[in-house]
Amino acid sequence: MATLRQIAFYGKGGIGKSTTSQNTLAALAEMGQKILIVGCDPKADSTRLILHAKAQDTVLSLAAEAGSVEDLEIEDVMKIGYRNIRCVESGGPEPGVGCAGRGVITSINFLEENGAYDGVDYVSYDVLGDVVCGGFAMPIRENKAQEIYIVMSGEMMAMYAANNISKGILKYANSGGVRLGGLVCNERQTDKELELAEALAGKLGTKLIHFVPRDNVVQHAELRRMTVLEYAPESKQAEEYRQLATKIHANAGNGTIPTPITMDELEDLLMDFGIMKKEDESLIGKAATAA
Amino acid sequence: MSATAEARVNGAELIEEVLKAYPEKSAKKRAKHLNVYEEGKSECDVKSNIKSLPGVMTIRGCAYAGSKGVVWGPIKDMIHISHGPVGCGQYSWASRRNYYIGTTGIDTFGTMQFTSDFQEKDIVFGGDKKLEKIIDEIQELFPLNKGITVQSECPIGLIGDDIEAVSKKKSKEYEGKTIVPVRCEGFRGVSQSLGHHIANDAVRDFVFDKTDPDKNKFESTPYDVAIIGDYNIGGDAWSSRILLEEMGLRVIAQWSGDGSIAELENTPKAKLNILHCYRSMNYISRHMEEKYGIPWVEYNFFGPSKIEESLRKIASFFDDTIKEKTEQVIAKYKALTDAVIAKYKPRLQGKKVMLFVGGLRPRHVIGAYEDLGMEVVGTGYEFGHNDDYQRTTHYVKDGTLIYDDVTGYEFEKFVEAVQPDLVGSGIKEKYVFQKMGVPFRQMHSWDYSGPYHGYDGFAIFARDMDMAINNPVWGLTKAPWAKAA
Repeated sequence: MATLRQIAFYGKGGIGKSTTSQNTLAALAEMGQKILIVGCDPKADSTRLILHAKAQDTVLSLAAEAGSVEDLEIEDVMKIGYRNIRCVESGGPEPGVGCAGRGVITSINFLEENGAYDGVDYVSYDVLGDVVCGGFAMPIRENKAQEIYIVMSGEMMAMYAANNISKGILKYANSGGVRLGGLVCNERQTDKELELAEALAGKLGTKLIHFVPRDNVVQHAELRRMTVLEYAPESKQAEEYRQLATKIHANAGNGTIPTPITMDELEDLLMDFGIMKKEDESLIGKAATAA
Repeated sequence: MSATAEARVNGAELIEEVLKAYPEKSAKKRAKHLNVYEEGKSECDVKSNIKSLPGVMTIRGCAYAGSKGVVWGPIKDMIHISHGPVGCGQYSWASRRNYYIGTTGIDTFGTMQFTSDFQEKDIVFGGDKKLEKIIDEIQELFPLNKGITVQSECPIGLIGDDIEAVSKKKSKEYEGKTIVPVRCEGFRGVSQSLGHHIANDAVRDFVFDKTDPDKNKFESTPYDVAIIGDYNIGGDAWSSRILLEEMGLRVIAQWSGDGSIAELENTPKAKLNILHCYRSMNYISRHMEEKYGIPWVEYNFFGPSKIEESLRKIASFFDDTIKEKTEQVIAKYKALTDAVIAKYKPRLQGKKVMLFVGGLRPRHVIGAYEDLGMEVVGTGYEFGHNDDYQRTTHYVKDGTLIYDDVTGYEFEKFVEAVQPDLVGSGIKEKYVFQKMGVPFRQMHSWDYSGPYHGYDGFAIFARDMDMAINNPVWGLTKAPWAKAA
């Protein structure tokens, strides 16, 4: 058996992390890889396209019912989906109470201790929008994900989030072994999106591993709680995800230590591409009608 | 050079010597907490109420200790929930020897431990629901409880449990029952001191402000006083109360030793608040002065000199009848104190004492030692503030060593160099010094003895100090190989 690859998908909330990761992992499964998905978002929606389910029972909700995680068996929390992809959702508290970060730590420890990682080629962590606290950094700590893939787009805030996540990776790259695998641009059809994504990747010391074009077939598949790979395997979009999967598969050990940039540098980048006009300080803070 | 001037020089040299053990930065910081008192100054010139240095062994506690252990814990007819993991409540179980009258488990709960015993799932999902359940269970199992407090441990602040909402909801459900959320998470502040303040504020917000003055049928008299800041350790408040009652005053509340929620509620009707532990309860005293116009006065019931002074000071707030009775009280106990002094002073005369206690006793007990002919040569506070050190200047003499938030290392070295006849501090320090062959008394818990307050307490205090210092065991501590010449 090849050594276990552990990867993680991060990115701004709503950018399409779960969709991109599930489609890509489905393509990897098609290539014969044995996959485990660990959803690390309290919303627990990281596996719905693989399982065709609204939401699966989470580690933490079952643990709370049973008393504690020690009372759980791995079979209780692991579901098998499309092409035998194993799925686990960490889960977490309802919004506004408790500590979701601690929940991620508890779940990952439980999964490791109970052999959930045995016999798989890939473990993929799907983490919420930003590295808000130590708990959500759990997947990038030592002996967890080796490569992080940041899902982003040409939008300012998505790029800003990508830069921030790079800062988190940089912190743990020095103490552990985590690397930035690359950026995945999920097209939003903003101006000069491909060029901008490539330029940002360059600045961060990584590469744009794939540019996923926008295609409505993704939404059609989602409505049926399916990946494009399963819903429309012959489609052009399915081919895009296969390409991304192939690139990630070939990317083992090629990750880099990111070089995050300052906010000013990020704004300069947008100016270079003419998306932001050369700064006119007098316009800052003025409404469109006033300027 | 006079004896005290010499002590000043020696003290300064000693501090310098002790600081040499630290790295430069630490030495610079610790130097500001150590000093030798110079006669005539109105300051001890030490920094205080500052974060302890990492790496040193501090003697301090935390905000939870200040609220649950000190201020709220002794309120006997309320149940105090240690909200969070089990350890904080478990290790502070059974109180600080705050004696109380009542039937434990029926109408009083002082020595019991109530905790929400947090598990991993409570951290992840929040402890709100568990807290509600605990309150329901308390109501069912202990129907005679008069109120509940929620004492926050660290994780409560980290995960943001909404204990205020739960308290409010349950209070409504149980017909306006007093349920007090206290935000005394241990990581707040630099010592237990902030916990005292937070607890005082909780009394203000959840007892005073929720009590309807029209519904409170308590009838006051012109001679009503409240004892504030006496935790009744070994019965201290009781031996104080006797004297106040003999003066003709009526004690309507004890804060908080042997105290009850009703007493807290009635205190705004007092004519005078008398404040023993200034550090832990000056906040609520000031509040009552501002809001209800109740004057407050600090007093000291350790040793006959200070007791006499304090009784007259308290009496000065009242009419001549009280003043006359006060003189009678002083005269009445004269024979007792004379006998105590006659018995023990010859055995204790000239003995040197070093103290390190919490927020009041480092100065308050000095008079009692001096009444017995002893002298305090070094003192310091765990969690005192600058106003405590200012007050200390009225007690200490020239050349006294002052050490704020003393570290384990410093205290050991100071005692080694000064060679006092007695060290008075807490349980963590006790065995270090006894093993050094230095007599020791616990000045937090009175070493399972007490009371030490009032005239009755002074007799016990004198006996205990004699028992420690003149114990024949100290003559038997010579190593067998160290033959006497």
